Amino acid sequence: MATTRSTFDRRLAELKDDVLILGSMVDKAIGRSIDALKRRDLNESEIIISDDMKINRKRFDIEEKCLLLLATQQPMASDLRVIAAAMHIITDLERMADHAEGIAKINLMLGDEPPIKPLVDIPIMADKAREMLRRSLDLFVARDAEGSKALASEDDQVDALYDRVYRDLLEIMIRDPSTITRATYLLWVAHNLERIADRVTNICERVVFMVTGRMEETNVSKY
Amino acid sequence: MLDVKPRITWDPNPPRAGEAPSKRVEIQDLTAWYGEKLAIQGVSLSIEPNRVTAIIGPSGCGKSTLIRCVNRMHEVVPGARVSGRVLLEGEDIYAPGVDPAAVRRRIGMVFQKANPFPTMSIFENVAAGVRLNGLAGRRELPAIVEKSLRQAALWEEVRDKLNQPGTALSGGQQQRLCIARALAVEPEVLLMDEPASALDPAATLRIEELMQELKRSYTIVVVTHNMQQAARVSDFTAFMLAGEDRVGRLVEFGETNRLFTNPQDKRTEDYITGRFG
Repeated sequence: MATTRSTFDRRLAELKDDVLILGSMVDKAIGRSIDALKRRDLNESEIIISDDMKINRKRFDIEEKCLLLLATQQPMASDLRVIAAAMHIITDLERMADHAEGIAKINLMLGDEPPIKPLVDIPIMADKAREMLRRSLDLFVARDAEGSKALASEDDQVDALYDRVYRDLLEIMIRDPSTITRATYLLWVAHNLERIADRVTNICERVVFMVTGRMEETNVSKY
Repeated sequence: MLDVKPRITWDPNPPRAGEAPSKRVEIQDLTAWYGEKLAIQGVSLSIEPNRVTAIIGPSGCGKSTLIRCVNRMHEVVPGARVSGRVLLEGEDIYAPGVDPAAVRRRIGMVFQKANPFPTMSIFENVAAGVRLNGLAGRRELPAIVEKSLRQAALWEEVRDKLNQPGTALSGGQQQRLCIARALAVEPEVLLMDEPASALDPAATLRIEELMQELKRSYTIVVVTHNMQQAARVSDFTAFMLAGEDRVGRLVEFGETNRLFTNPQDKRTEDYITGRFG
């Protein structure tokens, strides 16, 4: 049904689609980086690193569209907040992709060195962070503030997993100092995943702001 | 939870030291008729001194009727009447015995179409109200005219041609001349009914800058159908809407920054985002 601002409404719908597309690119990058780490596939890690440019370009493309909407459509109220939220969300998504790229780089640094332990908690962290990412973007589209607040609190689960990984790796390093370098690299992988989940809580805050017009800290972590 | 309010608390245009603060206007349960036809109903709002309050709303919502009630212009229309109160710093301008002409001197008005007196010079235009009200002697007029034209940001453009007809000026200049004319009688409140809608963008922005300057000394109320203008110039905004009964009512009133980023009423949201029914 045509409204008095059909063109603008269409542009806003396209903006939301673009944010989802970027989110999907980031989600895949995270998945591929952990997969490559598990399989010690250095080739795949190289591809992930070069593909990060595509994510950066997509992010800037969306940012430019937002600026054009601001300049040409004089958005007010909820329209303005959607565009403002989108601009922040794409920044968080791009930074998440940087963390995925970081994991790929760490895989390259591990190189041919034998693994110090099977990866158990790190893939669980990755799956949880990716699930949170996908749900946060669903909540963005659904304009669900309460759901976003609830989702943000699940970051504690990722933090708890990080804590466990840290303790396990510390024990390994203490038992066998020759593992210190490799263990440290794995710790960085876990840290990258923990930061990805933190960025999801930022997205949740922006959704709350978009819906209510209020900036609220959604999850003050105990960590 | 931390609740961080995105509010601007620094006022870039505080009242000047030494300037008399202008007056607050309280509109209480104001209802107005044109004959038997009810035009606006039950409007209550508080106009802050030394601030710009914008009144927005679609055509026919009663915003012009409202401000014409504020300076008793509404009753000039035959058959028009008002109920409720309008208080100028606590004094009811509709109290029995109050002289409407005296109200209109204290609460000045500028109209959409600039209306300089056609047979008068620039000087005479500005001095007209002062002369009519016997506010000053002949010798004092040049100083009063200069002060008013300076306040209206027009002095530098007309200082060498004060004897030329007011109508010889451009549209934007004529509007500033009308503002100078209103200011010459030293009002406390200045009402502006779509003051820039007949002007080009450059002249419009000059009028808007002028409003920011004038609010240091006066209480300003501006009616505008230009939402971006209301957002640019005002500190407070009142949104009016006519119902299906075609009677205008106040829907929402608040700080401009908040109303344009996070309105409380869906009707306000729909109007300012351009989703008209």
